[in-house]
Amino acid sequence: MNNCKTMMSFFKRALLAVSLGALAATALAQSPEPAFSVGPKFQELSGESIYRATCQGCHMAQGQGAKGAGTYPALASNPRLAAPEYPLYVVLNGQKGMPAFGKMLSDEQIAAVVGYARTHFGNQYPEAIPAETVKKLRP
Amino acid sequence: MYQAMSSLGFAAESNYAGPPRLDGAKKGASVLILGAGLAGMAAALELRNAGYSVKVLEFSQRAGGRCWTLRGGDTFTELGGAVQHCGFAEGEYFNPGPWRIPYHHHAVLGYCKRLGVALEPFVQVNYNALVHSSKAYGGKPQRYRHVQADYQGYVAELLGKASSQGSLDTALTKEDKEKLLEGLRRWGALDTQFRYREGTISSDRRGYEVDAGGGLMPLAKPSKPLDMSELLQSNLWRYIASGQDYEFQSAIFQPVGGMDMIAKAFAKEVGSLIRYGAKVTRIEQNDRGVTVTYTDEAKGGAITQAKADWCLCTIPLSVLSQIDIQVGSAMQEAINAVPYGASVKVGLQFKRRFWEEDEHIYGGISYTDLPISRISYPSTRYGAKGKAVVLGAYVFDGPNSYEFTAMAPEERVRRAVEFGTQLHPQYASEFDNGISVGWHRVPGTHGCYGMWTDETRAKHYKNLCQVDGRIALAGEHASYIPAWQEGALLSSLDAIQRLHARAVAA
Repeated sequence: MNNCKTMMSFFKRALLAVSLGALAATALAQSPEPAFSVGPKFQELSGESIYRATCQGCHMAQGQGAKGAGTYPALASNPRLAAPEYPLYVVLNGQKGMPAFGKMLSDEQIAAVVGYARTHFGNQYPEAIPAETVKKLRP
Repeated sequence: MYQAMSSLGFAAESNYAGPPRLDGAKKGASVLILGAGLAGMAAALELRNAGYSVKVLEFSQRAGGRCWTLRGGDTFTELGGAVQHCGFAEGEYFNPGPWRIPYHHHAVLGYCKRLGVALEPFVQVNYNALVHSSKAYGGKPQRYRHVQADYQGYVAELLGKASSQGSLDTALTKEDKEKLLEGLRRWGALDTQFRYREGTISSDRRGYEVDAGGGLMPLAKPSKPLDMSELLQSNLWRYIASGQDYEFQSAIFQPVGGMDMIAKAFAKEVGSLIRYGAKVTRIEQNDRGVTVTYTDEAKGGAITQAKADWCLCTIPLSVLSQIDIQVGSAMQEAINAVPYGASVKVGLQFKRRFWEEDEHIYGGISYTDLPISRISYPSTRYGAKGKAVVLGAYVFDGPNSYEFTAMAPEERVRRAVEFGTQLHPQYASEFDNGISVGWHRVPGTHGCYGMWTDETRAKHYKNLCQVDGRIALAGEHASYIPAWQEGALLSSLDAIQRLHARAVAA
């Protein structure tokens, strides 16, 4: 949590210097953890904040996915999340165009973010994922 | 002659030998090209000139693919549905994708010359730009020239000392040592005692505290070098070598008016062959030809088929790996093996060129450890009055590129302004409007570029590049110059020559 505190005070300093207005301050007050990591690994800790920092870029805010020339599959109400091993494997190793996140996220973070997706967006798979499970799946 | 040229280093560096010779195409032979980026359009141009009947299917409503420029009046809808309207002033622009052309990217430069695309210098290294660490010098940005000159000066002094004290005696003869010392003195701007010290010699490198003037103006005053230990601990030295990389050395260029001037020049040649709004859903082949199924936006999404003798597919692998394509398992595995990198750029328009007017920064790049990573100033229209656009963030690969991608477009802009203010306090009062592109949110590509590793290259690269029956693939992903337009062009030229050879032999 040390990093979070550092980042928050850093943002506050930046904000004071910038005084970008009430809009910025409101948005910031709502983000509980760093919006930006320092270094080569993600520093977000909770499943939700990791989701917002990573998965959301493609799978979108409500896990609804997106369609362009290709498709970002919806995570919402997705039976492929029923067994934890499949999403854990994909996050760790990537799949086709999706990059691997194994080197940028710890076992705990991967367990947390997969746990988040499996209990949100209409998915109801509440069984907890031990970090040990992730560790065993690492290549 | 060739050998003589090679030994002088004149001939070995380029894989581009001018427009390909595609002689003897069979009358009536046809090629269907998928994707109207640079790879697709170069192929269309060369194959059409060779006598083939050519048709191009393009997903978007625009030619160029990642060769793309946003200007005032443009609208960009990213995946997820967020819409941005670009509010830049007349003549201002922002390149979300490629933005510079090294002097050794012979294919890109060759097509620019052939198609009449005007080029101008891109300022990669600006000695008066900033290098910034939020953790050093109290967060105060430093000048590139100070860090560059001082780091080099101290390294020269230390190496000179080590040499004089005999530490390098096993590596150097006495004569070598003399030459090394003399070289270090010049290279590091050292004084006659081989020291890097405040004075005219170091100031001729790092700049003066007070510059020389005329008449009765104050005399020039040398500047004081940064403290060595503080400089080493600042980590700012990490930013001073990148301009020496082969990819970034001078001379390096940009098209006048925006990178998409290249796309527009290609489209002027082959635009009539392109079917826009065509989303490819299936690619089939047999021993007689290729059939591509697509939905045609102009016909309300009607499922349509196009047939040809041969197919060049330049669809990014992030998309192609989701399309039903009839190729052998080796190529299919290769298509599935390449993840696509994250990258984000933010274009910021300011009310005036404060970086020029206040800080004497004309073009070039400032570097920072903040999430925006760098700020690049326009390498054009110096001294122009009125609004101007800066590249306010360019981030790739690491967590910050994903974090930026995951934000709403306006939040990316807001954050870029917030961070940039730490380098330029003028941001707060001079910011006008901005636009941002996260490449994983770009509907036609689903990512920035194909990320190969040594392992995936060894296992899959050749299989990706082979002609499979009547289908060949091309694009930056089928090159060893990933994320560069040169890679897309060389890949395309190589693929169509092999496809042509097969077509002639068939």
